[in-house]
Amino acid sequence: MASVWIPATMQHLTGGEAVVQASGSTVRELVNRLDEVYPGLKAAIAQDDGRLRPGVAVAVDGYITSLGLFQRIAERSDVQFVPAIGGG
Amino acid sequence: MNMEPEYKPRKWRVLGTTPVRRDGIDKVTGQAKFGDDVHLPDMLHGKVVRSPHPHARIKRIDISKAMALPGVKAVITGADFPPLNQAVVAAGEGGSVSMQDIADNCIAKHTVFYDGHAVAAVAAENPHVAEEAAALVEVEYEILPFIQDVREAVKDGAVVLHDDYVPGAFLFPTQKALPNAGRLQLAAGDVEQGFKEADIVVEREFTTATVHQGYIESHITTCRWDSDQHLTVWTSTQGAFAIRDFLASILNLQLSQIRVIPMEIGGGFGGKDVVYLDPLAAMLAKKTGRPVKMAMTRAEVLKATGPSSGTYCRVKIGCKKDGTLVAADLYLLFEAGAYPGGPIAPGALCALTRYNIPNVVIDGYDVMLNKPKIKPYRAPGATQANFVVETVIDELAEKCGLDAIDFRLKNATVAGDRLIIGMPVPPIGTVEMLQAVKKHPHYTAPLGGPNRGRGVAYAFWFGAGLTSSCEIHVNADGTINLATGSADLSGTRMTLAMQAAEALGVPLDDISSSVSDTDSIGYTFQSVGSRTTFATGYAIIKAAEKVIEQMKQRVAMIWETDVANVDCTVESAGVADFVDRNDPHRRLHFKQVAARMDETGGPVSADYTANPHGVGFQIAANICDVEVDPETGKVQVLRFTAFQDVGKAVHPDYVAGQMQGGAVQGLGWALSEGYWYNKDGRLANSSLLDYRMPTSLDVPMIDTVILETPNLGHPYGIRGAGEVPIVPPPAAVANAIYRAVGVRMTTLPMSPGAVLEALWAKEGKPASVKVA
Repeated sequence: MASVWIPATMQHLTGGEAVVQASGSTVRELVNRLDEVYPGLKAAIAQDDGRLRPGVAVAVDGYITSLGLFQRIAERSDVQFVPAIGGG
Repeated sequence: MNMEPEYKPRKWRVLGTTPVRRDGIDKVTGQAKFGDDVHLPDMLHGKVVRSPHPHARIKRIDISKAMALPGVKAVITGADFPPLNQAVVAAGEGGSVSMQDIADNCIAKHTVFYDGHAVAAVAAENPHVAEEAAALVEVEYEILPFIQDVREAVKDGAVVLHDDYVPGAFLFPTQKALPNAGRLQLAAGDVEQGFKEADIVVEREFTTATVHQGYIESHITTCRWDSDQHLTVWTSTQGAFAIRDFLASILNLQLSQIRVIPMEIGGGFGGKDVVYLDPLAAMLAKKTGRPVKMAMTRAEVLKATGPSSGTYCRVKIGCKKDGTLVAADLYLLFEAGAYPGGPIAPGALCALTRYNIPNVVIDGYDVMLNKPKIKPYRAPGATQANFVVETVIDELAEKCGLDAIDFRLKNATVAGDRLIIGMPVPPIGTVEMLQAVKKHPHYTAPLGGPNRGRGVAYAFWFGAGLTSSCEIHVNADGTINLATGSADLSGTRMTLAMQAAEALGVPLDDISSSVSDTDSIGYTFQSVGSRTTFATGYAIIKAAEKVIEQMKQRVAMIWETDVANVDCTVESAGVADFVDRNDPHRRLHFKQVAARMDETGGPVSADYTANPHGVGFQIAANICDVEVDPETGKVQVLRFTAFQDVGKAVHPDYVAGQMQGGAVQGLGWALSEGYWYNKDGRLANSSLLDYRMPTSLDVPMIDTVILETPNLGHPYGIRGAGEVPIVPPPAAVANAIYRAVGVRMTTLPMSPGAVLEALWAKEGKPASVKVA
């Protein structure tokens, strides 16, 4: 099972849980499965067209990935939905 | 996810050397071509008509007098622009932007939201006629009440700027929370319980002024339409592709209809990654059928381009007697300017990230008010957040009776610790850098006089990866043409060429490094986020590997052997010799192979588009000595040492230059810079006489200490270096002032007036001067 870190602004959807467990081979599968347990989580992360919401980045195993929901994950991956990082 | 480190230690041949900057002579002799050097046949000159009001409804615009002036060829208003074809555009990992806001910021359609907001533009035969004509455009306004203070803007009953808005999403989306503000919350642990466990708690309020990046060159653009309805733009920008994309949306064009040619750039620091003049010049050029050039004056730059946020912050942090941090509660109001999207997210993210604090609440707001739309400025949001937190950290250390660095060492995150957002900290020299600060002779050197003090501060910044493209072409004489899409802000043509030389095993002098336009190279994100040497360098290394593979195939052809029998010595020896694995005496040099390209299949070239993930983060620290004049409140910086972990320093002199430049900008932010608005909401210091940036007379030599903890996410261990050096100086200065004269400064800039106010307050005297 992968560990998924939930941003504070979305923790009301997980009953206050900051880290939840789920399985899946991609981030998209992970999100779909989490949404079954925590309704509304998918809508907070992805748009209606299935794309990641603008401004939300996905980090897997310590790296922010540009593949977003398409990113493949491992059995014990560490997943965060985090502020996307840019700069000046 | 590939967790294998990309970094491969090796003996460097080119990296770590300090070759002379090739574009240096051209830049100091005026040969380099900047935006203002573009002169096209039949070219017109444009000028913007700007609002003198901070908030007003546009009732009527009369252009008749302007059009009647001889030499005037066109006048445009917001009504000349087509409806937008995209509401929101992605900005890479930099979040997303509302195109409506970007377009309205370029030229107001119905309402002006700040002093200097564009309402019309004229094109004329020369700049003087254009300026005269702009003054003849009559705009009738309905003046509206305005707000310019973040605290006022979040109060019930405050003037509302927009009936509706798309919440700011600079790096991370805020939630629509208040009529003028989006909200971002970060939390971990139980902050209430955390404060119960604290033995010492410090709580303070802070304000910081709106500040500008202060790039030397203003915004300049020239636009020309070709007969096939293609638009060519010569402009000063940090990202040609961003200009192309914004223009396509605002002008309702296809991306392939626009070619943006980036000129040499006279500074950007985050302020030149968006359009201001370009859509106006393009529309004027379209209306007149002639090329149009537009340039901002310094006053226009200060009034109407994006500065960094002024803020109000309330900080409460608690620790145990032994100095262990246990809880933090931050309330951050960051200016967004006239439209959403200020740097509240990176400010909030960077505020505490360098410390392990189990119980945290950060409540941040992206606050709209009647100032120009905020833009990034070198580690956007982090400098303000660092100032307020590092001041409180310094106070906690003192109350614990601990050395300022020991306190930070006790709480510093190290590799594997979790950030507030859950991500693990990658390997970086946090402890090593703080220890280097403590061991540095500056840390214990005598101060040598009264009213002198020494302060330290410690800072963190993320940095960015994002997309970069490059092309490598091998010439018949073995020299290399290297092209990238990254605007060269700081010498990156050299640092990219150095990585290419290292990867290809050829002499640096054999590489010609250039910046391509948007028709000539693959998509490349702006030169922002300390990303160019890291991310574009990554692409170059990958492209170079493809070149080496092709060259090996050519060698195999020449030797009539299998390519598996051909080895290249570039990684082992640093030089690209091709060796027969079965006969080490048989070898060909890179140039010998290049000379035979024609007979072995033609030119060798490779391109690569990368989106590297392993950014690696940035950390910095400062030691600062000041002397405070208790009579005038003036603060003189006596000595300053900047420390930074930069990963592999590709060109150590350039790295030192980034650290020095960032430190000086940070000192300006600390001591003298800030927007002053008068009672009518107009910017009162819109010149560099009154907007007081530091000069060489104001700052000492900035000493630099470079640490090099390899970034495992880059083949050469490189991490970004350009942004974090601006972050710690204001806090270091504030902590030095405290040790000099015993007052905790809670406002930026720490101008003589502000320091005097603090000194008078300490002595119980009433303030007699209202400090802006």
